Amino acid sequence: MMLSCESVSVQRESTLVLDQIECQLMPGDITAICGPNGAGKSTLLSALANLVTPAAGSVVLSDRDVAQMHPLTRARNIGYLPQSAEVAWDVSVRNLVSLGRLPHRDAGEAEIRQAIGLCDLEALQDRPVSTLSGGEKARALLARVLAGQPQWILADEPLAALDIAHQLAMLKVLREEADAGSGVVLVLHDLSLAMNYADRVLVLREGKLVADGTPEAALSPEVIANGWGVEAKWIGEPGSRALIY
Amino acid sequence: MTRATLIFAMLLAIAIPLSLLAGRVWIDLETTPNAALILAELRLPRAVLAVVIGGGLGAAGAAMQGYLRNPLADPGLFGIAPGAALGAVLAIYFGTASTVLLTGSALAGACGAMALLALIAGRTANPAHGIALFTLAGMMIASLAGALTSLAISLAPNAFAMSSIVVWLMGALTDRSWDDVTLAAPLTLAGVLVLWRAGRALDALTLGEEAARSLGVNPRALMGMMVLGTGLTVGSGVAVAGIIGFVGLIVPHLVRPLTDKRPSSLIVPSALAGALLVLVADVLCRILPLVTELRLGIALSLIGAPFFLWLLLRMRRGLT
Repeated sequence: MMLSCESVSVQRESTLVLDQIECQLMPGDITAICGPNGAGKSTLLSALANLVTPAAGSVVLSDRDVAQMHPLTRARNIGYLPQSAEVAWDVSVRNLVSLGRLPHRDAGEAEIRQAIGLCDLEALQDRPVSTLSGGEKARALLARVLAGQPQWILADEPLAALDIAHQLAMLKVLREEADAGSGVVLVLHDLSLAMNYADRVLVLREGKLVADGTPEAALSPEVIANGWGVEAKWIGEPGSRALIY
Repeated sequence: MTRATLIFAMLLAIAIPLSLLAGRVWIDLETTPNAALILAELRLPRAVLAVVIGGGLGAAGAAMQGYLRNPLADPGLFGIAPGAALGAVLAIYFGTASTVLLTGSALAGACGAMALLALIAGRTANPAHGIALFTLAGMMIASLAGALTSLAISLAPNAFAMSSIVVWLMGALTDRSWDDVTLAAPLTLAGVLVLWRAGRALDALTLGEEAARSLGVNPRALMGMMVLGTGLTVGSGVAVAGIIGFVGLIVPHLVRPLTDKRPSSLIVPSALAGALLVLVADVLCRILPLVTELRLGIALSLIGAPFFLWLLLRMRRGLT
């Protein structure tokens, strides 16, 4: 199921936050959305999840406009992990993960067990969320999305608050999901992670899509210089590259 | 049936027959004159009304706390009951003698207050500001409704009307009949059912509004259910018994430790626990050796205000 933006523009008050974004995202890929602050990355992710209404254009999932889909059908196909790690009530990890089954209106015991296993949460599943570390909570929130077994996983800066080990662990889970056929779209600030772990990178600047392609092409020194205003170059081998300034 | 539901259902099943016997005069079925009449016409409707009103307030409090993601939410403190009271007082002020009109006016007041609160709740961008914002917004609505109610009282056509409004506002189950039960029970039951139906969406809101929407929750439909559910439960309760505060605040906190803490798990046991709390408080009001019977609304405020302070202190400890 391909997820596409067809000339999507989003306006907030008088500001054009996204300007005619055109892209076709493929299942099986990890796609990173990068760009400087205020470029419209989170807005694009929200538009893909139909959480903001485009002023023009549409988001299409396998020939169907997501805005026209029933909310539960959309939720079964598109899982969204917001940047905020808010959990209002001190539920157990297992109950938190089970929220991912809400669009399916079932208990989904097997799917919940599987998501808990994928995120290595077996030992923590009865613990209240308030007792988890930041990394454990991030894994639990990802497991919540995985429990819904969506075709698409959209995550807004899921690695931002994590140390390196937890970042790599979460990327491993997301890679497994992509290899199993899901589409994964991540908003990432860390260009090195995007370079080394994404299959495809979209770069936004001031609401416009300025680069779209393989990490090597979309995160070239020229794009980084134009997008972020930073002179930088990549060193190392593909898969373990580092950005130096 | 969950553990909390079972516990409070059993306690309620024990408390109801005991409450029928308790009062300024304890009823002995064999020796008390007209015992059957007193039970059937005075004690039983009063007990059933306590269960109905307490059940509605408990469910409304649990649902409001889930909806606003705020453990301090309460239909009384956040303006829903004062909104209902304003509606009812306006009906009295404009001279309606119809109980149905008075009830309808109270329901409209409760729905209006909840809709206002929900609109403010829907506009919070930063969840970290939510608790303070909703609490202040709720208290603003309560103050406004209270001020308008006071204005209506001060402009009352005569001293008798003024006195009857003030006494009614204090909240009590004294001298209530089967007519009041017939009026409040179906509305409250309908309201509890609506709130119960909202349970899944309230669970999703645990993750914040954006995540809830991504899980298929329709915010407008949920808001409609909350306005209708709290309007029916709180409005019908206020219409027949005046303002009985703090039930919706206290009860979910008593019930939550016995549940898995999901908002949906809280609604039915909170209804049962609310029924139990109001029933027991009403019995205590009856049996306390005072010159006149203590008003139920006052008694629950005397319990609820220190409880609210305790909650605030506990939350402050959690934040520091």
